[in-house]
Amino acid sequence: MNFTSDLFLIYPEIVLTATLIVVVLFDLIFKRSQAWLPVLSLAGILAAFFLVVLQFGTNLPAFEYSTKNNLLSIDNLSTYFKGIILISSFFVVLFSIFSSEVKSCKDRHGEYYSLLIGMMIGMFFLVSSNDLILIYLSMELLSLSSYVLAGFVKNSIRNSEASLKYVIYGSVSSGIMLFGISLLYGLTGTTNLNEINTILRGASTIDITFILSIFMILAGFGFKISVVPFHFWTPDVYEGAPITITAYLSVASKAAGFAVLIRFIKAVFFSGISQGGYWNLLTYFDWQSVLVLISIVTMTLGNFSALWQDNLKRMLAYSSIAHAGYILLGVAVLSDQGITAVLIYFAIYMFMNLGAFLIVMLIANKIGSENIDDYKGLGYSIPFLGSVLAIFLVSLTGLPPTAGFIAKLYLFIALVDAKMIVVAIIALLNTVVSLYYYIRVLKNMYLVRDFSKPVHIELKPLSFITILLLVIPVLLFGVYFTPIVDFAKLSIQILGL
Amino acid sequence: MTNFPLLSLITFLPILGMIVVLLLPKKQEIAIKSLTIVITALQVVLAIILLMNYNYSLGGINDIKSFQFIEKFRWIEITGFSWIGKIKIDYFLGVDGLSMPMVLLTAIVTFIAAISSWTIDKSIKGYFAMFLLLDTGMMGVFVALDFFLFYVFWELMLLPMYFLIGIWGGPRREYAAIKFFLYTLLGSVLILLVMIGLYFSSMETLADGSRVFTFNMLEMMNPANYTVGGILSPLNPNNLRFIAYLGLFIGFAIKIPMFPFHTWLPDAHVEAPTAISVILAGVLLKMGTYGILRISYPIFPEITKDLTWYIALFGMINIIYGAFCAMAQKDFKKLIAYSSVSHMGYVLLGMAALNTMGISGAILQMFNHGTITAMLFLIVGVIYDRAHIRDLDSFGGLGKQMPVYTGFVTVAFFAAIGLPGLSGFISEALVFLGGFGNDITRVLAVVSTLGILLGAGYMLWTLQRVFLGPLNEKWASLKDMDFREYAMLVPLSIIIIFLGIYPGPMLNLMNSSVNTMIEFIEKAQTFYQTLGTL
Repeated sequence: MNFTSDLFLIYPEIVLTATLIVVVLFDLIFKRSQAWLPVLSLAGILAAFFLVVLQFGTNLPAFEYSTKNNLLSIDNLSTYFKGIILISSFFVVLFSIFSSEVKSCKDRHGEYYSLLIGMMIGMFFLVSSNDLILIYLSMELLSLSSYVLAGFVKNSIRNSEASLKYVIYGSVSSGIMLFGISLLYGLTGTTNLNEINTILRGASTIDITFILSIFMILAGFGFKISVVPFHFWTPDVYEGAPITITAYLSVASKAAGFAVLIRFIKAVFFSGISQGGYWNLLTYFDWQSVLVLISIVTMTLGNFSALWQDNLKRMLAYSSIAHAGYILLGVAVLSDQGITAVLIYFAIYMFMNLGAFLIVMLIANKIGSENIDDYKGLGYSIPFLGSVLAIFLVSLTGLPPTAGFIAKLYLFIALVDAKMIVVAIIALLNTVVSLYYYIRVLKNMYLVRDFSKPVHIELKPLSFITILLLVIPVLLFGVYFTPIVDFAKLSIQILGL
Repeated sequence: MTNFPLLSLITFLPILGMIVVLLLPKKQEIAIKSLTIVITALQVVLAIILLMNYNYSLGGINDIKSFQFIEKFRWIEITGFSWIGKIKIDYFLGVDGLSMPMVLLTAIVTFIAAISSWTIDKSIKGYFAMFLLLDTGMMGVFVALDFFLFYVFWELMLLPMYFLIGIWGGPRREYAAIKFFLYTLLGSVLILLVMIGLYFSSMETLADGSRVFTFNMLEMMNPANYTVGGILSPLNPNNLRFIAYLGLFIGFAIKIPMFPFHTWLPDAHVEAPTAISVILAGVLLKMGTYGILRISYPIFPEITKDLTWYIALFGMINIIYGAFCAMAQKDFKKLIAYSSVSHMGYVLLGMAALNTMGISGAILQMFNHGTITAMLFLIVGVIYDRAHIRDLDSFGGLGKQMPVYTGFVTVAFFAAIGLPGLSGFISEALVFLGGFGNDITRVLAVVSTLGILLGAGYMLWTLQRVFLGPLNEKWASLKDMDFREYAMLVPLSIIIIFLGIYPGPMLNLMNSSVNTMIEFIEKAQTFYQTLGTL
């Protein structure tokens, strides 16, 4: 194992760690100039992004202690997800600049940004780790940082409630996962995904404990991507956490969870690839049935619960549960086409979901509420923000000509190609249900002509540019999606498979 | 002239108008309204230019060479690995005898609706922006020949329509708007699923000889293009073509609206402002039947043939059920809405006959119903603007008070009943002739003639209740029509009377396409039969 020669493969991680240290030190030394903290973080993110872009196309194992026995896999799949994580981090840092919730915590901005970067480092290792121990460690790094961030605004009760719930659910599920990992280690004698695969291929019989361990590990992943039955924390945490963190959890942390799930399934169970890009998996675990079941229940529950929500943040929480269900269907296809659909979905979901949260935050900054009833007549008093929010919500519903349609289209193409017609029909009917609660916001904004409380929001140039950066891709990818699909197709590559 | 992108212009001109409307300051109400009228008038001019350059002898339907004003280029092309994410989508527009009448209808009805929108008094900028967006969506549906493009236009209409009903509608507008949206979205997801299924079932051969999956409708119609394993390919013994046909049919039937999917229509109509009712009944309903003729019929000819009796049955139910419902209404607008349900039944019946008379009658009925119902809704709008109620029983004797208005009402009502000399008669007669001419649909057609009787019943009864008898003194101050109302009703009356006396131009327009379609369905039928015996 040659430690130093592989360091160049984790330059982005090193840059982020350096940024973390700089942020902490800067906060200690220049206590008064907190306004520079987001700038430093953005600089670190951009530098890391540059390195990640350079890394695209690299397909190398890092920190190998014997052949095919690596800790990290630097491949296109991980690089793609790192890109997603960095872009959403970039936006979330920008959001934090505008957020009055974050502003209200004077003198603690150093903590905020350093924890945010801590989450990024955790996610970076999570998306590329090829070893169960590293998966567990990076997941804990991610979780611990996010527990604190969820309760960052200490003065609000629901904030502390969110944080506490998150910690309890999080530690239980990671405990279960760790137990699963130890069972799997007991059965196979290794924690490396590729080695487990080799051992499984040679195995003649499979113990029931093995199935159990996989389910337990799935609990950990399920918690991160918030699918049924590990979703209970999501609405409360999303509602209670500062909006910036809610937005971040719903996109970046979910992306990291999906990345590791995809890698785990493919690396541990892979036995070959058949014509059409379908994976032949080892038959010890019926992934397809399990994932399809989970995703259908998840999307149905998410959509139907969202119908009853009056708090927009909570509604978006349920909507993100539903979206996790759709995305999981892409994984459930267990083919390269399905993974392509997942990657496309994430890129588009990132823009539309972050955008929706940003507008909700800007409005909440002013009116101090996320209640849908308080949105009455907003379409007339703040026409620009209103119409942009409308675009994001229409895109989340998945109607053309917005990008959300393309995301759904590719998902359904993958499903139909795999002849999973019934599943596709259920997912489509779910889309119809989801229209009702997304359109409810538009109904309040436009159909209810309530001019009793005129709201006036003055947009700063920076927030205006941020909105444009989010809304333009949503519209552009809706009518011209070649680049995003081309890029996603190149990114399904997993090292060694 | 042939190289000029006329169809793109007629489709996207309203979008340009929308951008200008959005840039105009809010206070410029007159400018916004006039601009919309100018844009829609330009559309009529473009439609007439299209008509003048139209070659009547070309059939269209499944043959790209006989489509006219074709615009085709690659819109989306994703290459790379052979099996993943590969998609080719064309920007493909063209018209034939099936879409040309619909393009004309859309241009005319939208223009009339734009004039009718002059009385809109709240959020004018938003209204006309949405109106123009809707216009692009409608026109696009009728000229798109790529299924993906068709679907994008189809969905593009939903949101503006939701807002137009929901913001500018009547008291129960929110309910009506969301009901419309949910129903139509349910229909469109079914269409989407079939679209994806069809995509994987036929391959087009490109110029370089390579074969790729295609969204091109014309390639989907070609039996030679079917893939072996596609789920909607007849070559696959386990294909799901029948289920897909039903899904697609329901998707379109919701829009028609066909019984039992019609319940959104009365609500939407009653709540929508007059101009939007005109567009809804005049154009949007036609998209359902147009979709069936353009997509379901030629892509699934063998199933179409098997199901003609059922299509005719639902046509008959629509005709009679709609007429009975109309008869029971007290609200003038709801009565017209149900009469639309009844009249769209004729279109279904004509389509089911699968012969020249029947299909010509169906297309002609689509056009005629568009103009007649537009006129009927305008008529309701005229009286509602003055009296602010639509309750049929509270009027009476308006004939004395508003003689000119009553004259127009009589023309529209008699056209709707199908009086000879007015356009409704020709199309209904053709539909029935077609229905009688086909052994399968004969009995149903005979029963359906009852609809004419019922139609005469509710129309004449309405005429009597509202316009005849002693004048209700409450309405003694009502004024007769003004210039704007003349501008809307006169052109429609002229079209109705002209096509009633001399339907030749319209029938010639669609004739070769209708024959091509029937011939194609017959031929394809033989192909599928030989396939069945393999």
